[in-house]
Amino acid sequence: MADASGVLPASTASEPARKDRRSVLSSLEIDTRLLGMIGALAVIWVFFNVISGGSFLTARNLSNLSVQSASTAIMATGMVLIIVSRNIDLSVGSLLGFLGYTMAMLQAVWIPTTLGLGFDQPYTWIITIAAGLVIGALVGGFQGLLVAYAGIPSFIVTLGGLLVWRGIIFRYAQGQTIAPLDGTFRLLGGGPEGSIGFIGSWIVGALMCIGIVYTLWSNRRRKRRYGFPLRVMWAEVVVGVVGCLAVVAFVAVANAYPWPSTLATEYAQSHGITEPPGGLIIPTGIAIPVLIMLGVGLLMTYLATRRRFGRYVYAIGGNPDAAELGGINVRRTIAGTFALMGILVGVAAAVQSARLNAAVTNLGVQAELDVISAAVIGGTSFAGGIGTIPGAILGAVVMQSLRSGMLLLNVDSPTQDIVVGSVLVLAVGVDSYLRRRAS
Amino acid sequence: MTPTLPPSEPSSPAITPAPAPAGRAAAPSGDYLVEMRNIRVSFGGVHAVDNVTVNVRAGEVIGLVGGNGAGKSTLIRTLSGARPADAGQIFVDGKPVTISNPRDAKALGIETIYQQLALADNIDAAGNVFLGRELRTRIGSLDDAAMESATRKVMGRLNPRFKNFKSPVKSLSGGQRQSVAIARAIHFNARVLIMDEPTAALGPAETAQVRDLVAQLKEEGLGIFLISHDIHDVFDLADRISVMLQGKLVGTVDKTKVTKDEVLGMIIMGKKPDEVTEKEIAELHG
Repeated sequence: MADASGVLPASTASEPARKDRRSVLSSLEIDTRLLGMIGALAVIWVFFNVISGGSFLTARNLSNLSVQSASTAIMATGMVLIIVSRNIDLSVGSLLGFLGYTMAMLQAVWIPTTLGLGFDQPYTWIITIAAGLVIGALVGGFQGLLVAYAGIPSFIVTLGGLLVWRGIIFRYAQGQTIAPLDGTFRLLGGGPEGSIGFIGSWIVGALMCIGIVYTLWSNRRRKRRYGFPLRVMWAEVVVGVVGCLAVVAFVAVANAYPWPSTLATEYAQSHGITEPPGGLIIPTGIAIPVLIMLGVGLLMTYLATRRRFGRYVYAIGGNPDAAELGGINVRRTIAGTFALMGILVGVAAAVQSARLNAAVTNLGVQAELDVISAAVIGGTSFAGGIGTIPGAILGAVVMQSLRSGMLLLNVDSPTQDIVVGSVLVLAVGVDSYLRRRAS
Repeated sequence: MTPTLPPSEPSSPAITPAPAPAGRAAAPSGDYLVEMRNIRVSFGGVHAVDNVTVNVRAGEVIGLVGGNGAGKSTLIRTLSGARPADAGQIFVDGKPVTISNPRDAKALGIETIYQQLALADNIDAAGNVFLGRELRTRIGSLDDAAMESATRKVMGRLNPRFKNFKSPVKSLSGGQRQSVAIARAIHFNARVLIMDEPTAALGPAETAQVRDLVAQLKEEGLGIFLISHDIHDVFDLADRISVMLQGKLVGTVDKTKVTKDEVLGMIIMGKKPDEVTEKEIAELHG
């Protein structure tokens, strides 16, 4: 660089500027891909907000958006690990329907009527969810065994699963809708009741900020102990402050969304509160499904990056032979990814059916496509070995933003599909172009 | 921590007589550290390895040579657990053992550096060195900092110019990748080291480094199987040379008692030194 300045005087002015920009990013040690995705999401949001005349970036729309993204995002975190290890799971949509239906039957028919224990027992929701997760793990694990030990390609196993689990629902449900669901269970779906309110949201926000600061601090301490180069102090502060500001913004938006006025009036009457002029304003706060999504995202990130299991999944995706020769139990790990996927489908099924307050036979139809798209838009590579959990969650939010933005603009559903499909291909195209250029 | 030094053995290069095998208490001279007896591997009726017996003592380097398809790598893969033998037995310290996967081999202290290196390309150097044997914190999380620190130490010895600890190994040069593969094999107090064409992808300087390393590990008392197509490499480093041809063992010879020509005769014609005529030797050079 130094000797080039004499030859090309014209470039000297821009050269230091570019170098500075790169060094700012590198001293922040931030994943530039993730940053790019956040940028793309911001563009999408601003675009829809402008076109829709300001009705996209409202507390109401953003709160709904987060709830609608939750179920896809939860499943996408598992799909990342499946795709990273060079497999695919096409059965998640049908399994979602199957588990949603099973849990609905359990809480609305089998526990109260068949066993004669009655409706809305305090334990109903726990048994129901536990059963959903266990059955999800068993079904996912079974498919995983077929992939890992019987050597049947995952595409085939889960294509079979897609047909089988949906077929079972149609066969036994006979088109019936199971409703209503258990009162406590229903809170998992969000809504005014299924949210944690003003104070709860700020407590969660405070905990998240403490978590961010603690993580930064403990990483720094560990690096110092081994004498590794530390991130410059100002960069630590910037990352911490920006992270906490994002949390504060998130909580503020959730709290800015009030209960619907009719519900608020009902609440005021039943609690003997005289409504102030203009109605009682009750902040909704963070919805429980969004909280579940955040928790799942954190757990899965920890699993993927800080546990052996995750390390093995990535190693298998990078080079399956090397993983086997390195002494990794490849088959058990692969089977594990599918079992984990099953559990996450169980969580998503609970959220979805709770939100609908019913189980319908077509619950989760084509959900596998949304989930795979979210993972892939989030930077997961079908070549294996590459993909992140936060990326997949962002991918789910991007997908849902496109859908709900177009819904606001009254775009019909076929056109929505055309746009989402094109964006999917475009996103992956841009991503692989950037990746090729980087290497 | 000295990665290659078994804790029980206070051997130091300075006091160990150079030519004699260092030998460890557990395996006195004459006893084999590893013996593979009557090994057979078949691929659909073809005997890729047919009734082969080879062995190694502690502090000894066995050169395993032969042309393409002679069965060297297949034989050695039965010892590393990559592809179990169809017949035959493996003894470690004179005791029969079963090696049905790479984990079994590693548990016995048998480490392998594969020709194709066998690295997970998307993971960094420390992740590869500790792959399958990760260091963990009290709550079972990966202790990446400890692994990086240990990797920096072992790399400082193997390849002091190695600096790229944060990038996936995909972005490293052939020599750097080789260092990672070697570090992985020797970091865990290996007793037996299998090196399959360790210098195939390397430049002259790096090849010299690997040779020094082999000599050093030998002095530290490891038993080493060295697979190579380079007869000069083998002659410089090995104590005994086992020659294979078409899946069969031609013979095992003491390096000091044969010439390179005689070994070439074994590799190409499958004849032991005393069976080869002057004329045939002359033909080799023709």
